[in-house]
Amino acid sequence: MKLQQLSLFLENRPGRLGAPLEAIAAEGINLMTLSLADTAQFGILRLIVREWERAKQVLEHAGWVVNLTEVVAVDVPDRPGGLAEVLRVLESAGLNIEYMYAFSLRRGDKAILIFRFEDPDPAIDVLKTAGLHIVDAEELFSHFP
Amino acid sequence: MPQSGLLVENRIFDPAETLSRPDLAALQLARLRDLVERVAHVHFYRDHFTLHDITRRSIRTLDDLRRLPFTTKDDLRRHQPLGFLAVPRKDLARIHGSSGTTGRPTFVAYTPDDLRIWSGLCARFLVAGGLKPEHTVQIAFGYGLFTGGFGLHYGVELVGAAIIPAASGNTRRQLDIIHDLQPEVLICTPSYALTIADAARDAGLDPRALSLRYGHFGGEPWTEDMRREIEEQLDILAFNNYGLSEVIGPGVSGECAARNGMHLQEDHFLVECIDPETLAPVAEGESGELVITTLTRQAMPMIRYRTRDIARIYREPCPCGRNTLRMSRVAGRSDDMLIIRGVNVFPSQIEEALLRVDGTTPHYLIEVSRPGTLDQVTVKVEIRPESFSDRMDRMQALRERIAREIHTVAGIRAEVELVEPRSIERFAGKAKRVMDKRGLTEA
Repeated sequence: MKLQQLSLFLENRPGRLGAPLEAIAAEGINLMTLSLADTAQFGILRLIVREWERAKQVLEHAGWVVNLTEVVAVDVPDRPGGLAEVLRVLESAGLNIEYMYAFSLRRGDKAILIFRFEDPDPAIDVLKTAGLHIVDAEELFSHFP
Repeated sequence: MPQSGLLVENRIFDPAETLSRPDLAALQLARLRDLVERVAHVHFYRDHFTLHDITRRSIRTLDDLRRLPFTTKDDLRRHQPLGFLAVPRKDLARIHGSSGTTGRPTFVAYTPDDLRIWSGLCARFLVAGGLKPEHTVQIAFGYGLFTGGFGLHYGVELVGAAIIPAASGNTRRQLDIIHDLQPEVLICTPSYALTIADAARDAGLDPRALSLRYGHFGGEPWTEDMRREIEEQLDILAFNNYGLSEVIGPGVSGECAARNGMHLQEDHFLVECIDPETLAPVAEGESGELVITTLTRQAMPMIRYRTRDIARIYREPCPCGRNTLRMSRVAGRSDDMLIIRGVNVFPSQIEEALLRVDGTTPHYLIEVSRPGTLDQVTVKVEIRPESFSDRMDRMQALRERIAREIHTVAGIRAEVELVEPRSIERFAGKAKRVMDKRGLTEA
């Protein structure tokens, strides 16, 4: 039910974002989505890729510090209020979101929300109980050729 | 009207400053022999003396100093706190401290006589540099364990001038005090003098129009260029003085009205200049590490203390009439100690702070710069997989924790920059730990 997310430490200066992306592109690894959190001095790049084990190996071999985290993906209708509904569920269950990001799929009318919780399992239960659909890796990547 | 070659009226606080060389040598020898007897209460020295059969009678000439052991900062650390006391604890009047490598200060102790002598030593260079009883003096040195504030304070008091103990920091308030109370004399670190000039300009005041006429600066290395800058910006005469807490504090040497090197107070200190590698004396006038023996300290006498400060010592006659040896500005260190805004910092302290945070030492680089007038320290720390988190709050907390530990251990505020692995340049497998961009020593 959970997705493996790769996180990289990057210094905040020109060229630093491109380098790791090129390294995995050179290996033919396609990015599902990414998010970037940054400060004036450094950033954290988070990546969702199908072949995360290989991507991790490639990046670590090239010298990046890579961290593996389990995140939860939920799909919602791509329309106004789609995210707000999920947030209401989490809020009423008293669950804290460490961070989240979202993207919409090329085909279909779905948006995918990626959530990082301190502890993902109780969050998955809450989301499921509320009738929301958790997207696992197999399903998520099936949208890609 | 000053004599030719002298910047201010030539005045001498203590007749001992103009002892003839033979009289001075006789006094030094008598005091050295007493010293050997007095330090027999200190384990560190007693063990060495017993082993090498050294007694008062083994000291026949001043050259016999070379038979005595060196004392290093490490020796002091190993015998903390107060393992070097040569008098009963009840006889102490004050305890100061200098920075240690692990966040604990190295303590130095004083008897009432030590304090009296120390005040006199400070009074000597203050008077040599123009201080008169009718003056008002603003002391913008830290008052605390650091010897600068209290040392100069009692020196000024002994001269009979009025003191404004403004202490360090709060530059705007310093400026207001100067504006309101019109002191003629400023005592602080040289870089802080420039900060005050900047603050004056920021406040729309002409720093040259302030009441200040003389400055006595020390506590950190500086250059002739900086002196010209300070004198030009504040329209004052700037004098240099030297000292270190391990042997007493400020007052080991200071400039006179001729301002050509600092007169070593040789009736209280025997000063050698050695090659830090071979430990042999360097030729007279050559650069070397200063080694200081305290002739009169009671509470904590030091024999051949290795200061790690690199300077030259020379003996040409001085128009001021003092017959002492003089020393050049400190041109560097024979160890890796940095002086940051007057605070002594060792790279090993930064390492200790990082170790406390991480449990292991990541690669790091200490960058010291002086973008305006004050030192700025940036510690670059290579991120390690174990300390990396995908969560920004954790990463920010890591940065803050490193900065906090550096402050605890080294006593300085540093900007912490987290950097990518292998981004700090290695030299032959070893990382360079310090990059000092301040240009504090003359090339």
